[in-house]
Amino acid sequence: MAECHPVAFQWVMEARRRGTKVIHVDPRFTRTSALADRHVPIRAGADIVFLGALIHHVLSGGHDFREYVVAYTNAATILREDYADTEDLDGLFSGWDPGEHGYDPKTWHYQGGPETRRHPPESGARHAEVGGAHQYGSGGPVVHHHGERDETLEHPRCVYQVLKRHFARYTPELVEEVCGVPLEAFAEVADAVVANSRRDRTTAWVYSVGWTQHTVGVQYIRTASILQLLLGNMGRPGGGILALRGHASIQGSTDIPTLFDLLPGYLPMPNAYDHGDIGSYLADAAGTTGFWGNKRSYLVSLLKAWWGEAAREDNEFCFEYLPRLTGDHGSYATVMGQIDGTVKGYFVVGENPAVGSSGGKAQRLGLAALDWLVVRDMTLVETATFWKDGPELETGELATESIGTEVFFLPAASHVEKAGSFTNTQRLLQWRHKALDPPGDCRSDLWFFHRLGLLVRDRLRGSTLQRDRPLLDLTWDYPSEDGEEPSPEAVLKEINGTGPDGKALSAYTELQPDGSTSAGCWIYTGCYAGDSNRTARREPWRDPVVRDGEPAAMVAPDWGWAWPANRRILYNRASADPEGRPWSERKRLIWWDAASGTWSGGDVPDFERRKPPDYTPAEGATAQDALSGVDPFIMQTDGKGWLFAPTGLVDGPLPAHYEPAESPYPNPLYGQRANPARQRFERPENPANPPETPVYPYVLTTYRLTEHHTAGGMSRPLSYLSELQPEPFAEISPELAAEAGVRNGEWVTVLTSRTAVEARALVTRRLRPLRVMGRVVHQVGMPYHWGWGGDGLVTGDAANDLLPIVLDPNVHIQESKAVTCALFPGRRPRGAELLDLVERHRRAAAPAPIGDPPVWKEERT
Amino acid sequence: MGVAKWIGAWPVVRQLAGEDPRREGARSRRTEEIRPRTGEADEVVRSVCPYCAVGCGQLVYVKDGAVTQIEGDPDSPVSRGRLCPKGAASKQLVTHPGRRTEVLYRRPYGTEWERLGLDEAMDMIADRVVRTRAETWQDEDEGRKVRRTLGIASLGGATLDNEENYLMKKFYSAAGIVQVENQARI
Repeated sequence: MAECHPVAFQWVMEARRRGTKVIHVDPRFTRTSALADRHVPIRAGADIVFLGALIHHVLSGGHDFREYVVAYTNAATILREDYADTEDLDGLFSGWDPGEHGYDPKTWHYQGGPETRRHPPESGARHAEVGGAHQYGSGGPVVHHHGERDETLEHPRCVYQVLKRHFARYTPELVEEVCGVPLEAFAEVADAVVANSRRDRTTAWVYSVGWTQHTVGVQYIRTASILQLLLGNMGRPGGGILALRGHASIQGSTDIPTLFDLLPGYLPMPNAYDHGDIGSYLADAAGTTGFWGNKRSYLVSLLKAWWGEAAREDNEFCFEYLPRLTGDHGSYATVMGQIDGTVKGYFVVGENPAVGSSGGKAQRLGLAALDWLVVRDMTLVETATFWKDGPELETGELATESIGTEVFFLPAASHVEKAGSFTNTQRLLQWRHKALDPPGDCRSDLWFFHRLGLLVRDRLRGSTLQRDRPLLDLTWDYPSEDGEEPSPEAVLKEINGTGPDGKALSAYTELQPDGSTSAGCWIYTGCYAGDSNRTARREPWRDPVVRDGEPAAMVAPDWGWAWPANRRILYNRASADPEGRPWSERKRLIWWDAASGTWSGGDVPDFERRKPPDYTPAEGATAQDALSGVDPFIMQTDGKGWLFAPTGLVDGPLPAHYEPAESPYPNPLYGQRANPARQRFERPENPANPPETPVYPYVLTTYRLTEHHTAGGMSRPLSYLSELQPEPFAEISPELAAEAGVRNGEWVTVLTSRTAVEARALVTRRLRPLRVMGRVVHQVGMPYHWGWGGDGLVTGDAANDLLPIVLDPNVHIQESKAVTCALFPGRRPRGAELLDLVERHRRAAAPAPIGDPPVWKEERT
Repeated sequence: MGVAKWIGAWPVVRQLAGEDPRREGARSRRTEEIRPRTGEADEVVRSVCPYCAVGCGQLVYVKDGAVTQIEGDPDSPVSRGRLCPKGAASKQLVTHPGRRTEVLYRRPYGTEWERLGLDEAMDMIADRVVRTRAETWQDEDEGRKVRRTLGIASLGGATLDNEENYLMKKFYSAAGIVQVENQARI
């Protein structure tokens, strides 16, 4: 955090100054470790064991926050008799279908719950459809609100008891064996977490892509969620699981998704199997209880924002205009489509996948197979120049004269040359005012996409083809100050939504299911309330804000605007006990004020303001009316925090430790070594390192530096930043340096079955060998900011070229934080010799010749 | 000015004479006359750092139609005026000489970039979208209605504004382009 989000880290330091204990769990010792009370080095890829052992510690020691757990989670809910756990099936849950490489999740459901419907059998890259993970948006799948419960938590099939059995073998001794974390270090962490999780104290977990970029990435976050729910740390000040995201508006581009599986506001994109009409979509896409029960209002308002007058009740508000999904259409699947010739045109906008994505060679082979490519950026990134200077030209795999891709490079406006909003990592929308016009041909992306839409519509004008109606009927007229660029405030107002009078709506609760309102992203409704741009509010706020001895504002409510409804802490109903009283004075945030009959406090309540704690829903109630006064998780159909996920995940209802797809070790817990449901691309462009092979004996993890940004497009062209971090390096321990015969500052070559890259050896105690499963494992750390050229002032091999394309099956993110590699002294060979080197190791590794000497050792003699 | 006064104004003399040697005593007349360029700005525009997702407040100083400085916004409850090395370099991000301001074009099998007018480029791109979309259009996939093209894909969005992402998703969806992705899962 101190490295990659240094300015946010000041608040951790502030907390530490006030007595907070800060623990840093990371394979590497970083600037964060230097400022923490304790650094706990861990083997990359073993976090579910670490977190699972904390869960075991809490459950076996009776440390859970029992009143919170019983009232606010599904701990008491009873599961079906035919559910079988990984403890019963040696690493598989019930429902595994080996032919399909996927699960049928029906046995994971609550006792008495509805049968989970399942898509027609799919296989390969489409197996994720079987579980239907990306059908659910953030609402999660449907569960029956009134499941069978045992609030004594003693029923053998209640979630609490199932959890206890599931995590029984996740002991401190297992942590020592699998993670390489000594008993004493684990005990310190466990004691600190328990001591700081109770009525008057909370613990927060902060993570980034070190947790997500795994074949079990979603289950990492699930493990942390279970722990935090058991400890009562969700929805409370100082609690939570906080994702630190890496781009200025990566949160905004998830909320208003340039993502294949979502529509704005986490409505799922319709699929071809189940969503033939609006009725079947609404029946399937989310539950009828909780705030997703209003999904028809959210969807119809979106369709009205997009198709305006053309969207009418009698044509289902143009629902049929939406294209349908048939599987994974994520970026790696897209790249395979490029190589196979199905994807012919590609827009790359402020991103540099030729350097930034795993398995860079596949990216470049994909680019070289396109008919046309449009790159919009501020400088020439490698994705634009691959045909002129890409590494495959040197190896002879590609030649400029035989690459048929037509490339358009369009220069982009900078953040000060356009107005607009970013949504930061805490869901806060902040407006940027425009300082000046962009130079030359530089334009905003607002200008580009609006203009492109106009030009495409011009060309289709008069078309009678059904397929062109969605474009021709699209609302695309925006006011403009200069006659060229749409007014960004007009676009924000459309996102916010308007009522029949054309005025901006104030809250998403005003949205209607009948087409009388429109809203481009329902969770953002309110950001333009009163026809005033709330995201541009800049009322300073100084800590502490205390008036008359009372905390007047516990957040900064008038700086920007946070979705939803300007709430700063989600699910904050849980900051009060079931009766509506703060769990403690020290940790109070919102509470039920019986005198006024409302929830009040230091934040906008994430609960209906006038729903009392003793409210009980009537039989058959829907939407928010179906949730009681003690159901804080209002987007869930049952209003409860899910310790056990009865549906919605494709790789299991509980997290289980699986080794990374590429690991030097077997799985000591189960016969099932890696995540059985992981998404694979078994293709020649994507070779895999076999597990447990001495050819690739070390663990490789990639990371970022303070002085660079992602694939370098916004940092390598800058002299200040290039001087601060001029070239790639590989961090290795003195012990590994001695074993490999490398000295600090010398060249080192890191090799996987994809390629070999060279970097300077940074021999440092910041990385230390760990003892795992009876032997020492070395870890190699590499920042990934460099590429071979483009407009960068500094160059270097791209570390991401080393990585495999193997994905988490729920969200299709790649495993880039824990793979295996070889390492040896000296620079890598050039040209075709590089291919020979990689190929020789690949042959030596397959089939895994355990016990054979690594090939590089022979070469050194 | 008398010689004594002139000599007495030398910082080294003042430092030796007992003024705080690291503060007032070190000030030369030239130092006294220096004014920060932020003080001479025509306009100070409130902005947000374009790098990571923390969302640090920035103040953009503009003089004569050019950015002269970008500093942290002390009012921001997110950042309290601080910027990291990247945020502090963002003036260079927008003003450095290597920034591209012209459209470039590489024709199929070409070996060099060529110049192209912006309007011409936009027309050519629109032509290609229309053509590829028509050539790869699917009304159905294995008998199921899909109304889409898998011939066109898009990557990027996390570095852009909400309003830009919105127009992208809106346009792509209406065009039947489903392979729309950004940095969020990479």
